[in-house]
Amino acid sequence: MSEQPRWQEHYDATHLRDVPFETMSGVPVDPVHGDEPLPGQYPFTRGLHAAGYRSRLWTMRMFAGFGTAEDTNARFKEILRNGGTGLSTAFDMPTLMGYDSDSPWALGEVGRAGVAVDTLRDMEDLYADIDLSSVSTSMTINGPAAAVLAMYIAVGEKSGVARADLAGTIQNDILKEYQAQKEYIYPPRPSMRIVTDMIHYTSAEMPRWHPVSISGYHIREAGSTAAQELAFTLANGFAYVEAALAGGQDVDQFGRRLSFFFNAHSDFFEEIGKYRAARRIWARWMKGRYGATDERAMMCRFHTQTAGVSLTAQQPENNIARVAIQALSAALGGTQSLHTDSFDEALALPTEKAARIALRTQQIVAHETGVTNVVDPLGGAPYVEWMTDEMERQAEVIFAHLDELGNGSILEGVYAGIDNGYFVGEIADSAYRFEREVNAGRRIIVGVNDFVEGNEDDQTNLLRIDSTTEELQRKRLETVKHERDSVAVEAALASLRRAAEDASVNLMPPLIDAVKTYATEEEISNAMRDVFGTYVEQAIV
Amino acid sequence: MSAEPVIRIVLAKLGLDGHDRGIKVVARILRDAGMEVIYLGLRQTTASIIAAAEEEDADAIGLSMHNAGHLALAPAMLAALDEADLDIPLIIGGIVPDQDVPILEAAGVAAILGPGAPAEEVVAAVRNAVSA
Amino acid sequence: MSVRELSSADLVERAIDGDRRAIGRTLTLVERGGEIADQITELTHPAAKGSHVVGITGAPGAGKSTLTGQLIRHLPTLGLRPAVLAVDPSSPLTGGAILGDRVRMDDIAGDGGFIRSVATRGHAGGLALSVPGSVRAFDACGFDPVLIETVGVGQVEVDVAGAADTTVVVVNPGWGDAVQANKAGLLEVADVFVINKADRDGANDTRRDLELMLDLSHVSGHEDETGYRPPIIMTTATAGDGVQALWDAVTAHRTHLEATGQLEHRRAARFRYEVRSRLGTRFETSIIAATADLEPDGRSPAAVAIELAGHLLA
Repeated sequence: MSEQPRWQEHYDATHLRDVPFETMSGVPVDPVHGDEPLPGQYPFTRGLHAAGYRSRLWTMRMFAGFGTAEDTNARFKEILRNGGTGLSTAFDMPTLMGYDSDSPWALGEVGRAGVAVDTLRDMEDLYADIDLSSVSTSMTINGPAAAVLAMYIAVGEKSGVARADLAGTIQNDILKEYQAQKEYIYPPRPSMRIVTDMIHYTSAEMPRWHPVSISGYHIREAGSTAAQELAFTLANGFAYVEAALAGGQDVDQFGRRLSFFFNAHSDFFEEIGKYRAARRIWARWMKGRYGATDERAMMCRFHTQTAGVSLTAQQPENNIARVAIQALSAALGGTQSLHTDSFDEALALPTEKAARIALRTQQIVAHETGVTNVVDPLGGAPYVEWMTDEMERQAEVIFAHLDELGNGSILEGVYAGIDNGYFVGEIADSAYRFEREVNAGRRIIVGVNDFVEGNEDDQTNLLRIDSTTEELQRKRLETVKHERDSVAVEAALASLRRAAEDASVNLMPPLIDAVKTYATEEEISNAMRDVFGTYVEQAIV
Repeated sequence: MSAEPVIRIVLAKLGLDGHDRGIKVVARILRDAGMEVIYLGLRQTTASIIAAAEEEDADAIGLSMHNAGHLALAPAMLAALDEADLDIPLIIGGIVPDQDVPILEAAGVAAILGPGAPAEEVVAAVRNAVSA
Repeated sequence: MSVRELSSADLVERAIDGDRRAIGRTLTLVERGGEIADQITELTHPAAKGSHVVGITGAPGAGKSTLTGQLIRHLPTLGLRPAVLAVDPSSPLTGGAILGDRVRMDDIAGDGGFIRSVATRGHAGGLALSVPGSVRAFDACGFDPVLIETVGVGQVEVDVAGAADTTVVVVNPGWGDAVQANKAGLLEVADVFVINKADRDGANDTRRDLELMLDLSHVSGHEDETGYRPPIIMTTATAGDGVQALWDAVTAHRTHLEATGQLEHRRAARFRYEVRSRLGTRFETSIIAATADLEPDGRSPAAVAIELAGHLLA
C-alpha cells in the first residue's frame, strides 16, 4: 500500500517514449501489474525504474573492433552516422594480455579478435575525428585496463575534451579473470590496488565514467551454474566495494558508478529469476552491509550478452532461435543493455549479415512483442517468484561460505577462494557435470545429441582474417618507437615503477604521463610486472 | 591391473587464448578412462610442450584450440615436433570447422575432435592415435 | 632411432650420457615395474653416486609446487643440476590421474633441470612404488639434488620420509593447530619446516606455535637423539623470497647427517624399505595366484594360510 504513491510519483515524473502502450489489438495496458514491491522501489526486484522500458528501451549495444585502429575508426564513424551514440570496443588478444604486436606471443593474433592497440598513436587513430564529449565508449579490457584508460584520457586531452566530460565504461573486472576468463597479468592483490585506484580516480575526476563492469558472463561461459554466476559476480562486486571502502572512499559516490554484466543462457525462467535476484541481493547488501544511503548506489544496473557457449556449430541457423529466446529473457529480466550473438559465431567471427540478424532480433523483441509495455510483466507469477527466491537462496549459501573463508570479509574470502582454487574448481565441476549429462543424452542439445538431421548441410561462410593487418601494425609500432623520445619513455617508466612500489600513490597520473611519451602497452605492463610480479594459476581441473 | 601400459598424454593450449573449459573436461574424460594426463594448461609454447613431452615420455600431445587459431597453431606445433625429431601423435580439439579437418589431417594431425565430441570418441581417438 | 626401440642397456647408457628423451623413457620403464624395471635397477645402481634426496610435503594449497619451481630455477645458479619427481594421486576408481604440478614450476627446458610427473598408481601408501627406482635413475644420470614433491595427507609424510634424506614440511600462516600437526606426524618427519606465504597475516604467530611444539617435543624426548632441531624458514614462494635460506637449511641438514653418521643409517633404512616393497610386490603376485581359485573346504582360514605359506616359501 505504502509504495504505490511513491511509485506513481516517479512514474509521472518520467518522460515516456512516444508509442502507444497497447497490445497489437489495441488494448491499453497498465504499466505495472500485481502487488509490491513495485519497480523502482527498494530492493528493486522488479526493476530499477518506475517506468521500465516505457521511458527508455535497453541499449542495443553491438561489439565492434577488429584489424587496425583505422579499420575500427571507420566502423565507429559508420555507427555514429547511423545515429548511434555508443562505441563498443573489442581489443585483440595481445592487447588484452599486455603484449605488443611485435611480441612473439602476438603471432597470428594481431587485429584478429579485436583492434590492436600498442601505443597512444593507435588510440589517437581509433578515435580520430570523433568528438569524445558526445559519445559513450565501452572498452572491454581487464588486465591492462588502467593503461588503456590512461590512453583514452590522453586522447581526450589532446583533442581538448576534459576528463570530466568523458563518458563510458571499462570492464576492468580483474577478479573474474582469475576465476574464469584468465586474462590476468599480475597477482590478485596488486591487481585490486590498480582497480581501486581507477575507481578512486574516476569517482573524483570522471563522473560520467563507469570504472568497473562486474561480470558474470565469462564465469557462466566457463561452465558455472546460474546460481554460481549470480553469486560469484555479486561476491566480486562486494569485494570491490570492501576494497574501495578500505581505501577511504565513499560508498554512495563510487557505488553509483559500478555496473554489472550477465549472461543470458537458455533456461528461460532460471535466467529471469537470476536477474531479479541480482537486483534484490545487491540492494540489500549495499544498504544493509555496506551502508549505502543513495539509492543509485544500491542499483544493480547491468548489461547482458546472450550465451556464446550455447551456440552450436551443428545446424547454425538454429542459433537464431536460441538467441531470440535468450534476448527475450533478458528483456523480461529488465536488462539495461543487450548484446545478441550472431548465429555463425560458434565457428568464427560473425559475418555482416549474421551480425545484422542479431541486431534485428533485439529490435523484434523490443518493437513487435509488446513485452516492453509492462514493467516486470512476469512479476507475481508463482514460478518466477519462486525461482527468484531460489536463486537468492543459493547465492546466500555461497556468500556465507566466502564470508567464512574470509573471516567476515567477502574480499578476503574471494582472495582465499582464488588462492585455494574454490571458484575454478566449482566451475570445472559444473562444466563437467553438464558435459556428462549431454553425453548421456539426459540433456538434449538440439542438433548435437538429438534432432541431428540437417547437420550434413553445407556450412555457412566463415570469416577469415588475413595476415596483412599484423604486418601493417608491426610497421606502425616500429615507426612510433623510432620517432619517440626514448629518454622520456624511460623516465616515465621509472616514475611508474616508483609509483607502483608506493601503495599510497594513485597509479592513474603516472600512467597518463607514461602513455603520453608513447611508451608501449607492453613496456608499461612490464614496468608493473617488475614490481607486482606475474600470476601463474594452479592446474585445477 | 590392466595389461596395457598406462597412456600418458600432455594436454595444453598454445598461444594467448584463455578458453579452458573444453580442455579441462577432456582431462577428466581421459583420467576416467585410466590415462595419466600431464596438464600444462594455458599459454604454452611449442618449446615448453616439447620439453614436457620429452621429460614425461608422453605417448601423445593434445592441444585445445579456439579463436580460429588452428590453422596457424597446429602447423606450428607439427613443425616444432618435426624439427625436434619427436615422433608422437598430435591430437587437436576444439573449434575446428569441418572444411579444415582434411587440411589438418593432411598436414599430419593424428585426430581432430570437434566441439562437444562425446567422451567415447575422445578416448577412442587418443587410444587409436597412440597405438597407430 | 626412437628411444623406445633401444635395449635397456643402450637406453640407460644414453640416459647417463644426458639424452633427455632417454632419461624420460628410462623413468617410464621404472614406473611400469616388472622385469624391465629390475634390469634398469641393475644398470643404474653402479652409476648412482648418492645424490641428496629432498622430500617436499605439506597440505594442499601450501605452495609446494611454486616453492619447488623456485628451487629448480635457483639451484642451477649454484652450479647444481636438480631433478623433480612431482607425485599426485591416481584415481582409485579408474586408475587414471591428472598431473598438474609442473604448471607452476615454469620449465627451464634444457637448462640442466628435469621435471617428471608421477602418479601413485594404486599404491596405498601414497608414494608411488617406483619412486626409489626413479630416484636411482636420476642419481645415475647425474642429477643432484632429487626433489620429491608430494601432497602430504596422512601416510604420505611417512613414505616421503622413508624415501628422502631430508624432509621439508611446508605450512601456511594460520595453520597452527598444534594438536593437528602432532596427529599428522609432521613433527616426527620434518627435518626442515617452511612457513610459505610468509607475507600473510599470522606468519609470526604460526612460527611461534611451531617453535613451542618443537620445544615440547624436546622436553618429551621425541626428537632426534643427536639434538638436531628442525629450523623454521619463512618463504614467499611467489616472490622467490627465502629460497636461498631454505636451501641453506637443507644443506645444513645434509652436513649434520654426514657428520653424525645418520646419513648411512637413513640410506640403510631406505635400502631396507625398497627391498621390502620389492619383496611385497613379488610375493603379492604369487599370493594372488595361489589364492585365486580358493574355495572354503571346512578348514579355518588360518590353517589354510599356514599351509600355503609353507608352499610359497619352500
